[in-house]
Amino acid sequence: MTGSSTINPQVQQAQKVQAVITDLKDKPGALLPILHGIQDALGYIPAETVPAIADALNLSRAEIHGVISFYHYFRDTPPGKKTIHLCRAESCQAMGSKQLEDHVKTTLGIDFHETTQDGAFSLEPVYCLGLCACSPSMQIGNEVYGRVSPESFDETIKQSEVLS
Amino acid sequence: MSTTIFVPCDSAALALGAEKVAKAILAEAEKRKLDIQIIRNGSRGLFWLEPLVEIATDKGRIAYGPVQASDVTSLFDANFLAGGSHPLFLGLTEELSYLKNQQRLTFARVGITDPTSLDDYLAHDGYRGLKNALATTGVDIVKQVTDSGLRGRGGAAFPTGIKWNTVLNTPAEQKYILCNADEGDSGTYSDRMVMEDDPFVLIEGMTIAGIAVGATQGYIYLRCEYPHSHKALNKAITKAYEAGYLGGNILGSGKKFDLEVRLGAGAYICGEETSLMESLEGKRGLVRFKPPLPAICGLFGKPTVVNNVISLASVPIILDKGGEYYKNFGMGRSRGTLPIQLAGNLKQPGLIELAFGVTLRELLYDYGGGSASGRPIKAVQVGGPLGAYLPESQFDTQLDYEAFAAIWAVLGHGGIVAFDDTVDMAEMARYSMEFCKIESCGKCTPCRIGSTRGMEVIEDIMKGHDLNKNIPLLRDLCNTLLNGSLCALGGMTPYPVLSALNHFPADFGITNQADAA
Repeated sequence: MTGSSTINPQVQQAQKVQAVITDLKDKPGALLPILHGIQDALGYIPAETVPAIADALNLSRAEIHGVISFYHYFRDTPPGKKTIHLCRAESCQAMGSKQLEDHVKTTLGIDFHETTQDGAFSLEPVYCLGLCACSPSMQIGNEVYGRVSPESFDETIKQSEVLS
Repeated sequence: MSTTIFVPCDSAALALGAEKVAKAILAEAEKRKLDIQIIRNGSRGLFWLEPLVEIATDKGRIAYGPVQASDVTSLFDANFLAGGSHPLFLGLTEELSYLKNQQRLTFARVGITDPTSLDDYLAHDGYRGLKNALATTGVDIVKQVTDSGLRGRGGAAFPTGIKWNTVLNTPAEQKYILCNADEGDSGTYSDRMVMEDDPFVLIEGMTIAGIAVGATQGYIYLRCEYPHSHKALNKAITKAYEAGYLGGNILGSGKKFDLEVRLGAGAYICGEETSLMESLEGKRGLVRFKPPLPAICGLFGKPTVVNNVISLASVPIILDKGGEYYKNFGMGRSRGTLPIQLAGNLKQPGLIELAFGVTLRELLYDYGGGSASGRPIKAVQVGGPLGAYLPESQFDTQLDYEAFAAIWAVLGHGGIVAFDDTVDMAEMARYSMEFCKIESCGKCTPCRIGSTRGMEVIEDIMKGHDLNKNIPLLRDLCNTLLNGSLCALGGMTPYPVLSALNHFPADFGITNQADAA
């Protein structure tokens, strides 16, 4: 249908992706900056963006897919409104991160790499946030939290839900 | 008269509520119509006292901590702006024994300055090293770095000067300086602190490296888990460009050096230098075979200096004060200082920069104050997830590359994680294999398959199955990983696994000596 005044979300997405690609494709080693750009803009890297990236960098779609799937940070499914990165590394383990992890999973009703049913939170493990002097630690969106206890986690989540 | 208050912007301070504290102080001062100025400094590295608020006085800075937003009203009531007494009063910051006894060379400015203020950096001896470097030759710069005895602080401890010399003597139309800022080891955060709390020192170190070896482009490969470092670095780089410390004509010398930050994407393996280069080139982070050495054929096939953040951040002071000055710190073949990071179950975790030679025991008890839980410290892991676990009987080991090698351990990046006696060392060994499995790039078989099998064998051992068969099997597997892996991930995962097994056999259900073989 032509002449529609509302912009089709798919077209909008493609435009965003194209803008990122055009902006970054001439950098040496442009692929990671492009993937970061797309994930920053859309929250994830949809499979349908792969051909455009491959085309711009003169690579095969398989190569692009290979890179996306290699890196833990890149995702090809939409995340929840907020992503919780919970540290699983040794320093946090020494300060009770296992118990915290169990509490977080039970509270949210999800495992790692999953998103809550209401789409509010995604849960991802992280191997060190460099906050080892205030373990256990986590990151929600761009905010970092140290010495997290099950109680302080609940409080943070409550506030985060109020704010969103 | 306006009073200057320092509230850290280091992400560990932020994680403990520094932002709220800064806002509360501002609001309270406004309410009381007091003239104050808040400077967001880096962290002093005394993390159990964070957020550590400091007040500038004629006698020096006076510290209060750990401050929460809810303490702010009472601090004002106690007239903390004039150093008034309060339960959180700590006295002069410089006199705190934790800080006073340190030898801060690389971290000289950290916690003192506003990290992204170039004026502050210059006022605290910044860019003196670069000025000396511009006045001399590449050969001389490399000689000073070689003379300083600086060895790679990322973990491998390779002499930095020798690496630079190779790049200097390899002719090419393009060379690179590559900073490995993929600090993924648990228990380490000194790179993060440098990048967040004194980013100019890294920029200066990289610029000096570029001038020394004739490289005109630098990259900082930064892990994406460090968003605050990313912001601070980009802000500092912009300022350095504006003031002529980066770009086509550095301080009018005609020398060129450009610098850009590139983000990783959550792959631990990309901290391995060849994997890092693959990643920066836009590929999967698969480890490369060596040779060729990166110094001869590195990033985009060109001669490349790949150094860790701390190695590069130690260069400015070496060029400022000379290689001899730096070399006079330390012991044996471990020269200079090491920024040690205390983490895990300790009462007083923090950043301690000291000359090599201090013992683990001094660090854990004199500085760390013993365990946070109050229980005995059972084990410490030194050097990240690929470092050995050490029992109490080895706590008198001095921090020195060779002394650690002698007890089949590594210093790595200087991170120390303490565990109390509730830790199950078999579970820690299992986790080491799991971590290797998750992070393996998959290129070599021992690491890719060995880690999965290792996890299974340890799980079997934890269930008490066939110990007389499974323990030798685990040792055999570790031997394969040690000798057959392409890089340190597979090659060093046996360190935590076997050290846990050797020092804590009871945790593996081993009660008699025969099983331990």
